[in-house]
Amino acid sequence: MAENGSEMNYRLVPSTCVYCGTGCGVLLEVTGDRLSGTLPQKDHPVSKGALCIKGWSVHEFVYSERRLTKPMVRSGEVLVETDWEAALAAVADGLSAARDKHGPDSVGFFASARCTNEENYLLQKLARAVVGTNNVDHCARL
Amino acid sequence: MTNSIAELEDAKVILIVGSNTTEQHPIIGERILAAARKGAKLIVIDPRAIHLSGFAEVFLRPRPGSEVAYLNGLINVIISEGLEDSEFIAARTEGFEELKQAVAEYTPQKVEEISGIPAEDLVAAARIYAGSERASIVYCMGITQHSTGTDNVLSLANLAMLTGNVGKPGTGVNPLRGQNNVQGACDVGGLPNVYTGYQRVDSEEVAKKFEAAWGVEGLSRQPGLTLTEMMDKAARGELKALFIMGENPMVSDPDLGHVREALDKLEFLAVADIMENETLELSHVVLPAASFAEKDGTITNTERRVQRIRKAVEPVGDSRPDWEIVCALARKMGASGFDFTSPEEVFEEIRKVTPSYAGITYKRLGTQGLQWPVPDEDHPGTPILHAESFPIGKGKFTPCEFREPAEMPDAEYPLLLTTGRLLFHYHTGTMTRRSPSLVREIDRAFVEVNPADAAELGIGDGEAVKVSSRRGSVEVNAKVTDKVGKGVIFMPFHFAEAAANVLTNSALDPVSKIPEFKVCSARIET
Repeated sequence: MAENGSEMNYRLVPSTCVYCGTGCGVLLEVTGDRLSGTLPQKDHPVSKGALCIKGWSVHEFVYSERRLTKPMVRSGEVLVETDWEAALAAVADGLSAARDKHGPDSVGFFASARCTNEENYLLQKLARAVVGTNNVDHCARL
Repeated sequence: MTNSIAELEDAKVILIVGSNTTEQHPIIGERILAAARKGAKLIVIDPRAIHLSGFAEVFLRPRPGSEVAYLNGLINVIISEGLEDSEFIAARTEGFEELKQAVAEYTPQKVEEISGIPAEDLVAAARIYAGSERASIVYCMGITQHSTGTDNVLSLANLAMLTGNVGKPGTGVNPLRGQNNVQGACDVGGLPNVYTGYQRVDSEEVAKKFEAAWGVEGLSRQPGLTLTEMMDKAARGELKALFIMGENPMVSDPDLGHVREALDKLEFLAVADIMENETLELSHVVLPAASFAEKDGTITNTERRVQRIRKAVEPVGDSRPDWEIVCALARKMGASGFDFTSPEEVFEEIRKVTPSYAGITYKRLGTQGLQWPVPDEDHPGTPILHAESFPIGKGKFTPCEFREPAEMPDAEYPLLLTTGRLLFHYHTGTMTRRSPSLVREIDRAFVEVNPADAAELGIGDGEAVKVSSRRGSVEVNAKVTDKVGKGVIFMPFHFAEAAANVLTNSALDPVSKIPEFKVCSARIET
C-alpha cells in the first residue's frame, strides 16, 4: 500500500483450481481484501500456464448471494440463524444422542471430495476415534 | 493415474474410453490433442461423439453397458494375432492362460452383436493399441459408473498388462478423477474400509497403530457402510444420524426420490456447506463453511500430486473452514486430539500415520506439489507407479465375463439413458451455477436424442419433452443430434430443476458399490 494508504493493495496468491481432478495451478488476484480475478500459473507442472473457462472464473462463486454466512438450526418448518456455539452444540447433541441410543453404527459421515486432505482426515478421525464407527464415505463413486 | 498428465504428450497411442476429456478435464484434453499433433494416434471409445472423436484414428461407439464385451474383444484380437508382449507377461504377470481362455469366445463378430461396434473397427483398434511401444489408457466415469464397473476397470488393466503398457513413460491405466480432491479424500481415509494410505480397518495391526497414534482404544475393526449403503439404511430407519460435509446428495445421487425418503427418515441431519443447496431443506443444523480461497490446506489431483491451496481472503460472513468446524465439533463431543491451530499441523499428523505421504511437508510442496508415494523427506516423488513391480508382486490377470446392465430398454421404456457433465458446469452446479461467466454459456438441462429416434417419436429440435424412467420423470427440451447413437439418449446431471438423477438407477456394482448412472431404460413423450 502507498504511504498515504490511498492506493489499492493488489496481491497474487498461488493456489489450485478446484473445478476438477486435473489440479491446474492458479494465481488468485486479490484487490484490497477481495478476490478480483484468477490468472494461470505459468510454471505449473500440469497446466503450464493454461486454464479452461471454469478455471479462469473459479473465484466467481465465492461472493455468490447463495453463500451460507450464518449457522442455522431448524425450528419447525424453517431454519433460523443462530451462533456457532449453539449450532455446534446441536450437532454434538444430535450425533451423541443417536450413538448413545442406537450404537455408533447408527451414525454416518459423508466426507467430501471438494474439501481438503486435512478436513477429510479430521472428519474420518472424528467418525472413527470419537463416534466409534467406520461409516464414513464420500462421493468418489458419484 | 499410474502415470502423469505431462507424459501423455509422449505417448504414441492414447486410448480414451468413457471420458469426454475435453469437457470434463479440458486441460488434459488439450494435452491429448498436443500428443495427436505430435503424431500420437487416438482411439476413442464412447457412446457419444465427443470433441476428441473428431481427431481419432478409430472411433468406436458402443452401446453403453457393453464395456466388458468390447474390452475382452480387443484382448481376443491381440492374442489371436500374436500382438501381446510375451516378455512382459512372463516376467511381470500371472494368470495369462486363464485370461486367454476366458476371452476366446469374444470374437469381433460376437462383440459386434453385443456392443454394436463393427467387427473390423474393433480389430483396427486392437492393432493400433497393441502395435505401439507406448500406449496410454485414459478413462473416466463412462467406465466406472456401471453395475459392472469393477470388471470394466479390471479389463482395462488386463489390456495394459497384456501389451506391457505399464510402468513406462507414456503408458499406464489412467483414471481421471472428477472432483478436485477425490484422490485425496480417498488417500486420507474418507472411505469406510480403510484409514489413511489405504490401511485396512479390519487389520488388527493397523487398528492398533491408529489406537496408539490417536490415543484411543477400541477402534472398530468392522468396515463401515458406503455412501449408497448409508442411504439405504437410512431409508430403512437403521441409520439415525448423518453429518454431511460439502456434499449435495439431493442432486448428485441416483434415484433422488429414494434419497429424499432416506434423508427425511433420519432423526438427525447436519450439513456443513459453502452454498445453499437442495439438501438443506431436510437438515436440522446447517453450518456455513469457508471456500477454497478462504482457507489453507492441500488437495491431491488425479496424478497423485499433492498441492497447496492458500488462504487469499477472509471467509465471508460467519463462515469457517471445515477443518475448524470438525475440530470444534470433536471438542464439543468431549474428544481430545483435535487441538490443531492450522491445517499444516493437521498435515504433520497425516504424514506421521501415512507412509505414502511421510516425506511431504508444506515447505516442500511449494507451488509445484509432489506426487505420492513420497516415503521420506529426501524422496523426489513418484511420477510413474509399478515401474519395477506391482504392490502384490506379479500383476494378476483377472478374467471377466460380460453381464448386461441392471436395467435394459424394453417395450415400456425403450430408450437407453446415459448421463454426464458439460464443459461449463461442475457436478451439482452449486458453484458453477453461481458464476456469471459460466451461466452465460448454458444454464438449463436438455436431452440429446438421435435424429432417427426423434423422427419416430415426432420430436423437433428444441421441443419440450417429458423424459421418464421407472423412478420418475423430468421435463426438458430436446436437442436432436447424431452425437448420440440410435436408441440412446443423454442428459447432463448438473441441473436440480430437471435432475437427471431423478431418472437414474441406483443398482450398484457388487464390489465398488458404484451406482449405474451410465445406463438405465427410459422413454420420451411430447
